[in-house]
Amino acid sequence: MALERLKNYLIKLADTEGLLPLSAYKEIKGKFSLTDKDIEKVILENGFFPKRYQRQRAVFGNLQQLRLLQARVAIVGCGGLGGSIFEMLVRLGVGHLLVIDPDFFVESNLNRQSLATSANLGRDKVEVAVEWGRLVNPVIDIEPLNKVFQSSEAEDRLSTCDLVFDALDSIPARLELALLCDRHNLMLIHGAVAGWYGQAASVAPGSAKMTRIYPHSSVSDAGHDATSSGIEAPIGNLAPTVNAVAAFQVSLGLKYLFNRDPDESSAGCFIDLSELELELLS
Amino acid sequence: MQITVKFFAGFREGRFKARVIELETEISVAQVVRKYEIPEAEIGILICNGRHVELTGKLEKGDVLSIFPKVGGG
Repeated sequence: MALERLKNYLIKLADTEGLLPLSAYKEIKGKFSLTDKDIEKVILENGFFPKRYQRQRAVFGNLQQLRLLQARVAIVGCGGLGGSIFEMLVRLGVGHLLVIDPDFFVESNLNRQSLATSANLGRDKVEVAVEWGRLVNPVIDIEPLNKVFQSSEAEDRLSTCDLVFDALDSIPARLELALLCDRHNLMLIHGAVAGWYGQAASVAPGSAKMTRIYPHSSVSDAGHDATSSGIEAPIGNLAPTVNAVAAFQVSLGLKYLFNRDPDESSAGCFIDLSELELELLS
Repeated sequence: MQITVKFFAGFREGRFKARVIELETEISVAQVVRKYEIPEAEIGILICNGRHVELTGKLEKGDVLSIFPKVGGG
């Protein structure tokens, strides 16, 4: 049997701790017609562990690492928050990432957007994300979509995901994304930043939580007037705040992927990095 | 009756972090917002005793009201 043969092969290739390096995947691929992702699944199902995840083995164990591998996660917006969230999910080993953003990198992104470099200004953000992601973790699938999330193509692809990250930069768009997630019963992890301040919260489908986060805004608010943007318009955005909020969003997302219970996963916080303060929101 | 009002981020400028205020009569969240001259368009999350509250919500003895600015950048 092929599976038995593969298991014996894993025993042969694994080190004394049961860890398998990326070179083992290559060797296995040469002998079995499997994708890297299939191989990683067999590794995790049989008590072995990919070497790349050695330092998170004690935290997640095989079951949770397998959960991550089998998860389909969308990141809407690939700027400051989206770039950092993407980077973390690639390294954590989330098996399928859908990255949606219609924009390209510009110079003013360089202060905080982890995927922006002076060499890739003018290039599409999602294209750069795929390139970087494949270099770091060739096992996972990365699906770029260089379109607005309001397009029918984006909605179709979002509807197949387990979890959606809100990494947008406009309040009306966030409210629209929350409505889309309601329509498809998708858990949404919200995040937003301004200066030293930021917030992250899980938004369960049907909870109308986004309208309580932005009580005086609406989907129809157009342009960049006082009602459509927050205090980031005058006070700007900083790398430390972006990374802190992205880290809270990813942690909230993992909590949901592991227990799949919107109530259990319901949490949020407001942070003020200038005062090192954190206020929990229910 | 007494309630506690907490401001966050830039709302603290010229106001305070947290203060217990003494009131003669019942008050709404909107009245607190007006009392401290906060433009409604700048308000984001409003929390009373750990739960989201609306501007029309009434405050009772011992309530803790937290007022956060609208944050929307990415």
